[in-house]
Amino acid sequence: MSTPAAAAAATVSTASTASQADPLADLPSLDDDTADRLHRRLEADAAASDLLDVAYRTIDTPLGSLLLASTDVGLVRVAYDSEDHDLVLQTLAAKVSPRVLHAPARLDAVAAEIDEYFAGRRRRFDLPLDLQLSGGFYRTVLGFLQDIDYGTTRSYTAIATAAGSPKAVRAVGTACATNPVPIVVPCHRVLRSDGSIGQYLGGTETKMRLLALEAAA
Amino acid sequence: MSLPPFETIVTRHGPTVYRVCRAVVGPESAEDAWSDTFLAALRAYPELPVEANVEAWLVTIAHRKALDQVRAEQRRPAPAADLPERAGHTHQPGGWEADLWDALRQLPLKQRQTVAYHYLAGLPYAEVAATVGGTPDAARRAAADGIAALRRSYLSATVRSSSAPTSTPVPTSGEPA
Repeated sequence: MSTPAAAAAATVSTASTASQADPLADLPSLDDDTADRLHRRLEADAAASDLLDVAYRTIDTPLGSLLLASTDVGLVRVAYDSEDHDLVLQTLAAKVSPRVLHAPARLDAVAAEIDEYFAGRRRRFDLPLDLQLSGGFYRTVLGFLQDIDYGTTRSYTAIATAAGSPKAVRAVGTACATNPVPIVVPCHRVLRSDGSIGQYLGGTETKMRLLALEAAA
Repeated sequence: MSLPPFETIVTRHGPTVYRVCRAVVGPESAEDAWSDTFLAALRAYPELPVEANVEAWLVTIAHRKALDQVRAEQRRPAPAADLPERAGHTHQPGGWEADLWDALRQLPLKQRQTVAYHYLAGLPYAEVAATVGGTPDAARRAAADGIAALRRSYLSATVRSSSAPTSTPVPTSGEPA
């Protein structure tokens, strides 16, 4: 950053130059420390005023960066990097509320549980969920997925039967593929009837790594 | 099309709004004005038409919040107005900010606002006029008068002090230490 003296020395050759120069050039721009402080204050003010409709943060995991988003109700979205976090945030703004703010502190508890899960120290998530992004039969399916114990698997057919629609195997697959909170609602524990791995919204490789993690712990 | 996440608005426009706040209410109150502005913006955001000019919208909110602050300032005793004129312009860290704010503070409020909204936020005079009131021509004159006054009070003072003690202009003076 140049001082006014330096700026003046660099540009002034005659007295008339002062009438051309931008006197506001010396007005400081927003530095990183101030920007951080203002942002944290906005997060706190928004929460206190009940305006933090969607809070989000990212965390690093062995499977890459995960986006976590919460509403007042609970965890509303977990997204893999491959889903494009910007796109996910845009969708949250459109479907939940445009009042979307990066507010890491709001997601400390969620981040801690997911860290513990990846460290093999957590078998069950104890988090309030907001499943508003899933509806109808898909949402019913998510409820059954939550009953699948850590380290075990079920078939799509078994879930369809449990949900009362034995023929809705494809719909169960779609419910898994559109699960807004993967890992926490363990759609990775659902396999094909023949035991093959099946699809996964985070990729087949990710699904295998989650199952291997749970088998090892 | 739908509204982008509010976080995008903060990232994109936060820095400009900060400079506008600094220019209008000064360094001490700028953070309060910025915070008030973005909290009010967050509250109203869902109702903002997708095609709206977001920066103009934010400046309008900042304008109202800054007015609240300026009025609060005026209710307090104003020691600054009674201070003797500074002996010279300092260029220590922080010193120059005070100098520029001194110059800005001496402008009539409306000039300071039009200067900030046009020159810092880049609003066209029609938008500036819609925010501060009056006609676009009046806004243009206020901004021109304000910038001219700043050049006299701030820049020429800086030039004087940087070229002192010589009375003749120095074509290529070196960087000050």
